[in-house]
This record gives sequence, C-alpha cells and structure tokens, in this order.
Amino acid sequence: MARAGTGLQHDLREPRSWRRSKNRIATVLLVLAPVVVLIPLGFVLFTVIAKGASVLSWSFLTSAIPPSVLPADVGGIGPAVLGTIEITALATVMAVPLGVLGAIYLHEYGGNRPLARLIGFMADVMTGVPSIVMGLFIFSVWVLHFGFSGLAGAFALGCLILPVVIRSTDEMLKLVPDSLREGSYALGATKARVTLTVVLPAALGGIVSGVLLAIARAAGETAPLLFTILTVTTVNPNLFSGASTSLPSQIFVNASAPYAGAQGRGWGAALTLIAIAFTLMIAARLVTARFARYAH
Amino acid sequence: MEQPELNVITDLPGPGLARRRQFGPAPGEVIFGMRNVSIWYHAFRAVTDVSLDVRENEITAFIGSSGSGKTTVLRALNRMNDLVPGARLEGEVAYRGQSLYGRDVSATAVRRRIGMVFQKPNPFPKSIYDNVAYGPRINGERSKSRLDEIVERSLRRAALWDEVKSRLRTSGLSLSGGQAQRLCIARTIAVEPDVVLMDEPASSLDPIATGAIEDLMRELKSQFTIVVVTHNMQQATRVSDRTAFFYVLTDTATDTRTGVLVEYGPTEQIFQDPRDSRTKAYVTGRMG
Repeated sequence: MARAGTGLQHDLREPRSWRRSKNRIATVLLVLAPVVVLIPLGFVLFTVIAKGASVLSWSFLTSAIPPSVLPADVGGIGPAVLGTIEITALATVMAVPLGVLGAIYLHEYGGNRPLARLIGFMADVMTGVPSIVMGLFIFSVWVLHFGFSGLAGAFALGCLILPVVIRSTDEMLKLVPDSLREGSYALGATKARVTLTVVLPAALGGIVSGVLLAIARAAGETAPLLFTILTVTTVNPNLFSGASTSLPSQIFVNASAPYAGAQGRGWGAALTLIAIAFTLMIAARLVTARFARYAH
Repeated sequence: MEQPELNVITDLPGPGLARRRQFGPAPGEVIFGMRNVSIWYHAFRAVTDVSLDVRENEITAFIGSSGSGKTTVLRALNRMNDLVPGARLEGEVAYRGQSLYGRDVSATAVRRRIGMVFQKPNPFPKSIYDNVAYGPRINGERSKSRLDEIVERSLRRAALWDEVKSRLRTSGLSLSGGQAQRLCIARTIAVEPDVVLMDEPASSLDPIATGAIEDLMRELKSQFTIVVVTHNMQQATRVSDRTAFFYVLTDTATDTRTGVLVEYGPTEQIFQDPRDSRTKAYVTGRMG
C-alpha cells in the first residue's frame, strides 16, 4: 500500500488527536508531581542547614545547655543528645523484641485464630493513635504516680514503635515463600526450628530495616516526650528517675523562646536530629540492599 | 458418589500372577501400604478410596491429569498435608507395617525418615554447604568433620559435587534451576532418609537438567525407595518400576470432582497393556 508523494509506505506516526494531547498532559503532570513534592522538602533541608550548620560542632553536641539569653555560639545541647540516645535506645530495647515476637506469633502461629486477628487489628489501631495521645496515656498511668523520667519517655516512644514493628515484621514474614517452610518441614524440622533457622533469617533484612525506620520516626517525636520527660536544661543520665530532656522537645522549647541565641541552638538541634534520622534511614537502605534476596 | 472400578493388581495367585511375572522386578518389601485412603480439604474430597502398595528400592510413579490427586496422595505419605489447614485423611496409611497417622506418631519424626523434593527447587537462602548440612544439624549433628563428610557425600550422590566443590560458601540461590534441584536432593538425602518423595522434580527444568535428575533417581534407588509424581509420561517409563494412574472423576449431578486411582501395576504393563480404557486413553495421549 505505497503512498505516492510521502515516500512512506505506511504512516506509523501517532495520529494528531485528543488522545495524543491527553498523553502529553499526563506526562507533564507526572513529571511535575515529584518536583512539587521535592520543593517543600528541599526548602526545609536548606533552611535547617543554613541556620543550623553555623552552630554545629563537636562541642555543641556535648556541652551543657546554657541559659536561653546567651548567644547561640555559647554552650550546646549535650543533655538533649544524651537524652535522645538513651530514651530511644531504651524504647527500642523494650519494644523491638516484643514487636518481633508478636509478629511471629501473628503470622507463624496465630493463623486465623480470633486472638491473632484481634491482636493484628489492635496493632493497626495503635498505629493510628496520635503520638500526643500516647504521651497523655503514659502521663496518666505512669507519670502521675512515679513522676517524670526518661523511663516514662521510653514507654511512650516504645508504644509508638511497637505497632509499627509488629506490622512491618508481619509484612516481611508474609514475603518468605511457603516453599522454604515446607523444605524445612520436609527435613523433619519442628515449627520452632523452621521459624528460627529458615523464616527469620530469610526475613531478617526486611525486619531490621523496618525496625530502623520505626526508631527513626520515634526519635523525632516531640509531643509524647513533653508529657513524660518534662524537658529540662540540666543533664540527667539516669533514665529511671527525674526529669530529662531530648532533642525534639528541646527544639520545641528553644523555638518558643524569645531569644535569638536559644533559637540558634534550636536550629542546631534540628539539624542534629535530621542527621540522626537520615543516618538511620541510610542504614535501613543498606540493610535492605544487603539482604534483598527475595526480589525475584 | 459413584465408585470407580479399581483394577489394582494384587498379589493373588493364579493367572494374574503368571502374567505379572513378564513385567517388572520381583516385589520387594512393602514400604507404604495405603488402604481405602480418602483425603479432604475442608468439605472438598480431593482423593477417594486409594489403595496401593509401594515397595522397597523401587521407583513408583504417580501419573494422571491435573486435579487427580497425585500430589495430595504423595504429600499424605510424609504427612505434609498436616500443614494445610482443613486437610483430613480417612483410611489406613501404613509405613513398614506401622500406621503413619497413629495417635503417638509425630509428623516431625515421620518426615525425618521420609524426605521430600518439591516441584520448584527451594534452596534455603543460605550457603550451599549450610543447605546440605541443615538436616543433619537440626538432627543434632555438631561435629565439623562429620558435617564436612556428610556434605561431600550427599553432594557427590546428587552429582553436584564437582560443580560446586570450589564454592561451597556461596549462596544456594546462586545455582541454576537444575543445580538447585540437585542441591535440594542432596539436602534431602543428607539426613539418610528411608524414602524420598518427589513432586514433579523436573517439571521446571530443561531437558538436559531433567535427564540429569532422572539419572540421579536411577542411581539413588539402590539406597532409597522413591515415589515420584510426574506429568511427563516418558519420564515415568524411563525411570519407574511401577506406575499408578490417577483420574479425575466428575459427578455431574452434584458437580463435584475427586481423584481416584484407576490402575496400578508394573510400568511396562501400564504403558503397553493397560487394563482400563481410561489408562489406555491417557498413556496413548488421547486424554490430557
């Protein structure tokens, strides 16, 4: 069917039509969407780095918190760094083993039992509870009786980490193919053996990265800590008694202070917190890449 | 439900026995004796009234179309169906004269003696060495030198040693399909089972890898009793001593389907001189 004059045997071009225009519009919108998403993210990062980088130094991370009126280049946020590390670590130690074990029960043992379904449902509900409510909860059942302490803060953060760990671990266990479990059963392994020696190792990468992301999120929580550790300016390495402080709640206090020095230290603390979260995210990515064996 | 006419060859004396002597090996000791076995998944009766004997140091092939219950029957032989929620078995399954589904019988102990190789190679995400050492380790073997010995012997018997001996520490997932299946066979025989069940062990492999697996099966039958499910009739004729033909029985009145055993006998007889018209139709390729 040769067409004289055009030199083309067949016209293989997309016809000029509304369909072609729709395609163009959709493509432009798709490219625009991530750009729009990245603008606020880039703006936040730029602002925090611009305002926080000048105060950041090793002595800033380790020095005592000075009175708010002093300029930004005096003192630091040592107690808050120590508090955040201690409280998050304690929350992790309490919540992660519990969450991983809970998820193993849910997926490997619970099956469709009513108890398992109830726990799974409650974990989902718990994920949706606002963090400030979690802080109020710990405030009313613990702080009112035993006073402010790092331990109370760890309880609150643990309550936030727990459902996320349960859910992410459960998802990772779902990804382990049943053929692996059967392979192990066929060699005469008991259920506990199958879980410990085949299922958990196969899911480990995903579990660890889910845990790291849950920790990173919890480390940045402010509201639950305001009700539980009070946020003071003195250093308190003892988690189990007395008010303490942390990076996010310290940022909150400094940001509400009317002094430029305190606000400057707040920006430094914000940059520190972002760096901590960023490090945990990178670690999660590395762990995922290292263990990504079931991508196929 | 309509019961199929069973043409199971039994050891009755008379003309039947004279006839069977033309075919197949002399019968060895009975490893599995199944009597009137029916298997349900919840309300679905997957297999109805299967009776057959599996004999020592033979390869027994289960053939038949999809849905005829071959795999279900195979999985009943080492209690893998216990892992399927809602699975239930009726009838007698004896292993060396002892009931497999008795009250005191542990499925775990059963599977240590009766191993299984699956349709899709399923190496663990561990090293080649750890894959093979997995079974002995869960059975309590801790000695490094003995594990080394078991791993080498099992890989040699699975005809994989020469290909992997220089990279025992690399992941079992790095192997090709055929190699991975031989690794799974090595893993299964490393625990020195009595019986090896194979569920379409070559169906995901190319013809060369399939040939390697079949050679291996013939090698292994001197030490193990093998029961193999296969869709490939040439494979059944090439490797097996006895063949069981399963068939899907459809009850049009209630629209229910169930698998039944139509005919069981020496492989040559099943393929050259089938007694049942359905077997004949299947082995001559006139029925899927």
